[in-house]
Parts: sequence; C-alpha cells; structure tokens
Amino acid sequence: MKQIDKYPHKIQVKQDTRQTQKAGGSFTDRLIAWRDQHAQALFSSLGGLFAKPFTSTMTIGVLAIAIALASGFYLVVVNLQQLTGGLEASNQISLFLRDEISETRAKQFADSIRKNTDVQEVNVISKQQAMQEFKNFSGFGDAIDSLEKNPLPIVIEVLPKDALVDKEKLTSLFENFKKATEVDFAQIDLEWVARLQAIVSSARLAAILLSTVLAMAVFFIAGNTIRLEIHNRREEVIIAKLVGATNRFIQRPFLYTGFWIGFLSGVAAWFIVTFMMLILRSSVENLSGLYASEFHLLFFSYFETLTLLATSTLLAVIGSWLVLHIQVKQLKPE
Amino acid sequence: MLKFEQVTKRYPETGDVLRNVSFHLKPGEITFLTGHSGAGKSTILKLIALMERCTRGEIVLDGQKLSTVNERQVPYVRRKMGFIFQDYKLLQSRTVFDNVALPLVIEGYGHHEISRRVRAALDKVGLLGKEKKFPLGLSGGEQQRVGIARAVVNKPPLIIADEPTGNLDPELSAEIMLLFEQFQNVGVTTLIASHDISLIERMHHRVLRLDHGQLVES
Repeated sequence: MKQIDKYPHKIQVKQDTRQTQKAGGSFTDRLIAWRDQHAQALFSSLGGLFAKPFTSTMTIGVLAIAIALASGFYLVVVNLQQLTGGLEASNQISLFLRDEISETRAKQFADSIRKNTDVQEVNVISKQQAMQEFKNFSGFGDAIDSLEKNPLPIVIEVLPKDALVDKEKLTSLFENFKKATEVDFAQIDLEWVARLQAIVSSARLAAILLSTVLAMAVFFIAGNTIRLEIHNRREEVIIAKLVGATNRFIQRPFLYTGFWIGFLSGVAAWFIVTFMMLILRSSVENLSGLYASEFHLLFFSYFETLTLLATSTLLAVIGSWLVLHIQVKQLKPE
Repeated sequence: MLKFEQVTKRYPETGDVLRNVSFHLKPGEITFLTGHSGAGKSTILKLIALMERCTRGEIVLDGQKLSTVNERQVPYVRRKMGFIFQDYKLLQSRTVFDNVALPLVIEGYGHHEISRRVRAALDKVGLLGKEKKFPLGLSGGEQQRVGIARAVVNKPPLIIADEPTGNLDPELSAEIMLLFEQFQNVGVTTLIASHDISLIERMHHRVLRLDHGQLVES
C-alpha cells in the first residue's frame, strides 16, 4: 500500500531539492564547477584507459577491426561504383564480321552504317590491327606469331549518338545490325555494364547489412566493456552514492570512457583501412593502366572520415549509456 | 532534527525487524543507538540513509517526510547527512584530499571552495598535512578520521556513525568520541550505532536501546 502512495507531496519536495541544489555558491561558480567536472571526467577517463594499456588495447583493437571491416567494405563499394559510373556512358556496339568477309566488303558495310542517323562514330578494326592489339596486351606474342593464319575477325565498332540513351531504341539499333548478313556476332557493352551495376548494387546492400551487424557489435562490445568497468569500480560507485552522488554524476566518467573507446577505435579503424588502401593502390592503378582507364582509387574523404569517427563514437556512447542506465540504478549500498 | 514515528520495518523472509519505533533527536544532540546484534540497529541506519524504506510509520528528517522522497531525490537528501562506517569505506586509489573532497565535488563546488573546506575539515580531525597520502599509508585511527572529515566537510546537520570505533583501540576510540563532541558544539546532531557498552557508559549521552526490534530505553 505504501508503495502506491509513495509521492503524495511531490511538488513540495521538489522545491526543497532545488534549494539543496543551489546551496554550493553563485551561479557562475557552479557553472565553472560544472565545466571543470566535465573536463576532469573527460581527461581522467582518457588517463584511465592509458593506465590499463593492455585491457584498453584489446578492447579498442576488437572494436577497430569491426569498424575497419565495415568501413573498408564500404570503401570497396564506393570504388566499384566509381568504376561503373565511368562505364555508364560507353554503350558501344561491337560487330564481329564473318570470317569470309573481305576488308573492302567490311569498309562498304561500315559506310552503310555511317549513313544511319542514330550513329555517331564507326570504326573498323582490321584483322592485322586486332592481332597487333592482342599481341600488345595479352602477352602471348610469341605464341601468336607461330599461328599459320590470323584467327581474329574484322570488328566494326559502332558508337551510337550521345542523345540515344533510351534503352529500347538502342536495343532496336543493335538488333538491326545483328541481323545483317555480314555480321557473325554482335555485342553491346550495355549488357555487362548492367550486370556490373547489378553486382555493385548487391555489394552495396551487402555492405549495408554487414555494417549494421558490425555496428551492433561495436554497440555491444562497448556496452560490455563499460559493464566490466562498473563491476571493477563497484566500491567507488557505492561510496559515491552514499555521500549523495546522483546517478548522472556517477555515470559521467564511464560515459566519457565509452566516448574515448569509440573515438579511438574509429581513429584506429581509419588507419587500418587507409593503410590497406595504400598497399592496394599501386596494384589497382597498375591494373587500370592496362585498361587505359582513368581510374584512381578513392580514399576516405573528409566528410567520410568525420562520419566514421562520429558513428563509432556515437555507437560506443549509446552502448555505454544503456548499460550505465541499467547498472548504476541497480548498484545500491547495503 | 530527526523523528521516527511508529516506524515498522518488515521483511517478507524474516518478519518484523523493527516494531513501532518512535524517537526524536533534537538538534545538537549526541545519541547512542545500541542493542544486541540483530536488534535492528543497522536497519534504523538504513532507513535514515534511504537504503531501505519503512513498511509503516514515518521518518521526518529536517522537516521532510522520507516517505515522500522519490528515487531521483534520494541523493539530495543524503547530502544532509554525513556517514561514518566501521570499515571507513575510503577510496584506496585516491588521496586523502580527494576522499574528503568527494561530497563537495558531487555537490558541484568550485575548485577554491573545495580546497578551502577540505583543509578546514582535515584541520578539525588533526590530519592537516596528510592530504597527499593514500588511505593505505595511514593507521586505522587516521583512516577513520579521514572518514569523519569526509562526513563533515559539507557541513551536514546530521551525522550517522555505524560502529565508528569498532576497529579501534580504547584510546583511539576516545579520541574519535571527542571529535563528535566538538561537532556537537557547532550544532551537529549525531547518531552513533555502537555496542561498545563501556564507551557508551563513559560518555554520558542519551542512549536508545533496541531489543528484538523494539525500543526499550530512550
């Protein structure tokens, strides 16, 4: 019964509390004291982490790896997107002519294509040209020299007008060329661009899912670290409660510990990913050089770096706060 | 200052630990609370400290009914009392200064005010100059005096001491008691739970004696 009727004079008591709270000096003094308390908690919690380097390194290491996995995967997707973005414009059609078609026939055929109003550019690659190109890029030079007969077909590259972005029109143009008697096999780049884009969008979804799971890991690991920290400093919490500390006061240093854990893990993750990208860079740029493409590996931008740090810090703080909210309330002096 | 009105505390497992306990501590009074172990001494202290709530009756501290205090307000009520423990309950990893300063830091006092008050409190208990020491480097009597300095540093109107001399020899106990009498002179109300009969008899202060949860002498 007493429980139900616990706070019948709440308002009166509240006024009383306010008076008690006011008791420690002027407003400015208290404001300065409040600021000092926060600054003290901020730096002493950092000092606390340095005081236990082994434990701190283990925790931050685990968190950094989780964050690095998520952000590294994100960066891979961003780079893939950049790659497909560059390819979007190239809806080039390649017509591989029948073997028996002569160079002159091929040229006439190319001229007929040029008359089509939807076509911007036509380029004929002769058998010799194709062979030379293949030799240069494949590295099979000697093997190819030993061939008796050039097996490569004549290729006509058709670049449709820029204005022609409509997929249906493009397909009908493509079908048109395909039906020509000279053509053995026709290929439009659009298909593999579309496929690549589908792969990238799947990868992006996978990145989002992975990041969500790893974010939860960060949240739980940070929470658990704080839980252990509270457990280790149980006595201190209880004594503080006995001398009149509010839950908020007790939570503050722990919350700052969570802040530092999250922030430092974010910084460590940034270095891990950037370091790996630096290793990857030379080999990727070498590869893109082979394709004569303008591809530069993207690193974290300023905005992405900020987001990375803010997210890891925020997750750790929220994880810590939830644990604190439950645990500090439960710890009672006996 | 502190009033118990027909206070009963019942635990579901053990039944009534306190039954209809009533007493009134006047401002500036030193009172001993005694009785055999299990008589309910520590229950009374826990009720005052709001570590437990009474089942029936009312406790009034400094004009405030404790039954009306909700969980969020508990810390503010606790700031009106200074606690002294048998095992001192000092933070071993902090200096004497930090230990004594804790209640002031909690209440949000400024740096200079804290420094001034901590020195004054340490001076009162005769430990000025030992601010930078750690509790483990002090004797039992000195540690208890650090505990006392912490209890009085924010000038609470009420001091609650739970077996404050339990771990000390008679000479040191007498010293500690002398300290309490000094606080009495400035109007502090003190409630000391103790079963040190010889000490209680020597001191000639008011005695509350508990027997099986009931007040038999007051």
